Amino acid sequence: MTAEQQTYRLPDDLAANPVLSRWVTVHADGTIDVRVGKVELGQGILTALSQLAADELGIDLDRLRMVPANTRYGPDEGLTAGSLSLTRAGPSVRAACAQVRARFVAEAARRWGVGAEELTVRRGSIRAGDRVTSYGELAGAVDLDVPADPRVPPASGDGPVFVGTNSPRLDLPDKIAGRPRFIHDLRLPGQLFGRVLRPPSPGATLRGLDASRLEDLDVDVVRDGSFAGVVGPDEAEVMRAVATLGDTTVWDEHDGLPDEDDLPAFLRTGPHEDIEVVAGGPAPAGPSLRATYNRPFIAHASMAPSCGVARWNEDGTLSVWSHSQGIHNLRAAIALLLEMDEDRIEIEHAESAGCYGHNAADDAAFDAVLLARSVPGHPVHVQWSRPDELAWSPFGSAMSVDVAATVDESGAVRSWEYDVWSQGHTSRPGYAGVPGLLAGAYLDRPWRYPAPADPPLAAGAGSVRNAVPIYDLPHRRITGHRLLETPIRSSAVRSLGAFMNVFAIESFMNELALSAGIDPLTYRLMHLTDARGRKVLEAAAKAAGWGTPVAEGAGRGIGFARYKDKGAYCAVVADVEAEHDIRVRRLTIAVDVGLVVNPDGVRNQIEGGATQAASWTLKERVRFDRRRITSDTWETYPILRFSEAPEISVELVENPGTPSLGAGEAAQGPAAAAIANAVTAAVGVRVRDLPITTEAIVAAIESSED
Amino acid sequence: MKQTFELIVNGSRVRVETHPDTSLLHVLREELDLKGARFGCGIGLCGACFVRLDGQVVASCDTPIWSAEDKVVVTVEGLAPGDELHPVQRAFLDEQAAQCGYCISGIMVSAATLLEQNPDPDEQAVIEALDRNLCRCGVQRRAVRAVLAAGSAEVTE
Repeated sequence: MTAEQQTYRLPDDLAANPVLSRWVTVHADGTIDVRVGKVELGQGILTALSQLAADELGIDLDRLRMVPANTRYGPDEGLTAGSLSLTRAGPSVRAACAQVRARFVAEAARRWGVGAEELTVRRGSIRAGDRVTSYGELAGAVDLDVPADPRVPPASGDGPVFVGTNSPRLDLPDKIAGRPRFIHDLRLPGQLFGRVLRPPSPGATLRGLDASRLEDLDVDVVRDGSFAGVVGPDEAEVMRAVATLGDTTVWDEHDGLPDEDDLPAFLRTGPHEDIEVVAGGPAPAGPSLRATYNRPFIAHASMAPSCGVARWNEDGTLSVWSHSQGIHNLRAAIALLLEMDEDRIEIEHAESAGCYGHNAADDAAFDAVLLARSVPGHPVHVQWSRPDELAWSPFGSAMSVDVAATVDESGAVRSWEYDVWSQGHTSRPGYAGVPGLLAGAYLDRPWRYPAPADPPLAAGAGSVRNAVPIYDLPHRRITGHRLLETPIRSSAVRSLGAFMNVFAIESFMNELALSAGIDPLTYRLMHLTDARGRKVLEAAAKAAGWGTPVAEGAGRGIGFARYKDKGAYCAVVADVEAEHDIRVRRLTIAVDVGLVVNPDGVRNQIEGGATQAASWTLKERVRFDRRRITSDTWETYPILRFSEAPEISVELVENPGTPSLGAGEAAQGPAAAAIANAVTAAVGVRVRDLPITTEAIVAAIESSED
Repeated sequence: MKQTFELIVNGSRVRVETHPDTSLLHVLREELDLKGARFGCGIGLCGACFVRLDGQVVASCDTPIWSAEDKVVVTVEGLAPGDELHPVQRAFLDEQAAQCGYCISGIMVSAATLLEQNPDPDEQAVIEALDRNLCRCGVQRRAVRAVLAAGSAEVTE
């Protein structure tokens, strides 16, 4: 060899977890286990990653098993969040599998005395001419307890077999047959059941616990400060016991919650941390427009109550099963709370119902840890109640936005000023250096948790996520104001601040367009040079028949954004009817997510995101009085029903030469703005406060007539 | 005080010993190890636990076992015999009409029951039949398409 061999930069997650056996295990029967640090949240990520893995390994999908993430055996890839799973894990899984394949090829080549370049790998068979072997045959001879080799190319160079196809979801056959699959179905030897007696209000403290009425029941009562719960072998009995205990327990409560009917005032009364996103200068004089937009707190409202399982082992180690988005962070948080060594805790991911951000998964896991302490050796399975799920999971923060613009004689924007007030969008385990787990704040030695934080700007921000419009606007000033004191726990809900910021920006762009007498699509294109963005906007408009007439009482509106400024482009056209109430009939969507690994998977994520955004936009609002969260059933926290779900079409604007961008959160903001703009087109007034209910529209009409 | 109850679940007569107020859902999941019906809210508002009881779709979380005595219960596992899939289940796979899949057992029970009564329903009938089922991931339109496809499939079979 004359020149030094080329080396490649390892993808970040593989560089951080370089040992190949963390990612891949090859079995003698030819099946291959792939472990990733990303977890299945109902979004289909393991299916998409399996397509990448199968292509790089050169095997069929049915020979490959995606193993649940585990803190001891699998790679640490941080959180499964931020629409980054394919962007981050994709290249690492791919490169890890290419590394494994190269090692198997090298072993076969060595045995046959030929050059590795003469070998091919197809459907698990490794061949050179007439000679053939397989992954299974070589499994015992190839050591994967080795670090990734930077001289191995990050991809085999073979064309895609599974990437780009509609591979069916790996997990759906079980779920459709009704087979056990969820953490709720997990039953371990010796398992007991636990329930937590949550306080009646966030500020409550436990004064007296009277367990005398439980004497006939086969349950243990656990108490630590204001944390209380029940453990026993029969789940039904445990549920009866915790209900009985609730009837006799005395709590000290006080009023501490803000006025739900004046959240903007609450959010705008500091103290704040100001986040200077774009510093800006003095605005030029000229005709100006300004508007204020608000949204309430919203709930995850997952279909399943959160659940956790924990077992204290005889050697003092702790085993935990959780549907957490970040099992390594959860492990660190538990270690911090219990003052124990992280290495003595093992956490395995188990699937739950849809996860749309930082819900109560981590909290439920820690509840199980606390209850299991009283019964060493027994796994304790803790499931939350529906009221606790709706009232005690962290909320998506209420937000309030002021936006003002000056325009020139053509109506084009000359300056743009934007202020957003919000609570922080993360209180995930480990945020601000505290454990963050709910029960930790109620123990005999309670942790005091600071107000929710925001991810740093470089990591996509929180309150100011998507606060910078994609449009070419001169003289911008964009500032966030994060509330530093609050009694309400908020954290990441799908798209964080982007939902509200895109709703506000795209509503205001429409107001500016209408004020200038310019078609809203044209107005956007006037201000947009980003070529991919223009293509997506035009694709959605074309598919929706933008510019064609709509029926009497109907309206059409458009919304657009590039998620996190560097993620997927998404444009939504909404068709609504406003006869007796508001009906979103159709959402026509175009999206550019870069390289598409699984087209149907992208469509499903976009359809689901837009449907959920329609629910937030039209219906959702966390309710509370000055003491308690009151929206704790599906009647008090209604979500979109089948009869209200819009028809959705999704056009994938292909961009295969570019990296994959996540699809999970792209549709949220554009869908909300499109609906709001369509409502204005239909009824002639604008609703600037979410949710856009029939009552809100009637109020807007009445106030416009004043 | 525990009592003995008999009922017919997915074609088999079963006996369970439990408190009369114990929910049918608990009996199915814990006593009979049928995990297809799922706990969602406990008061019959979300549909994740829906099963068929004497031909009617009911919320098993909200049905005390005493009221199911001697009745015929069909869960998602029993929509089709053995390991076979019901046309609705096949259509849900074909349409990939799920994301997390937690709500779909109840949705498929509602849909299969509709098709028994109305083998080729139109879209409005499907939407009405599923309107008691909640889905948070947003696969409602896929589910409707799947049920419509299963409906016409049943007619042609």
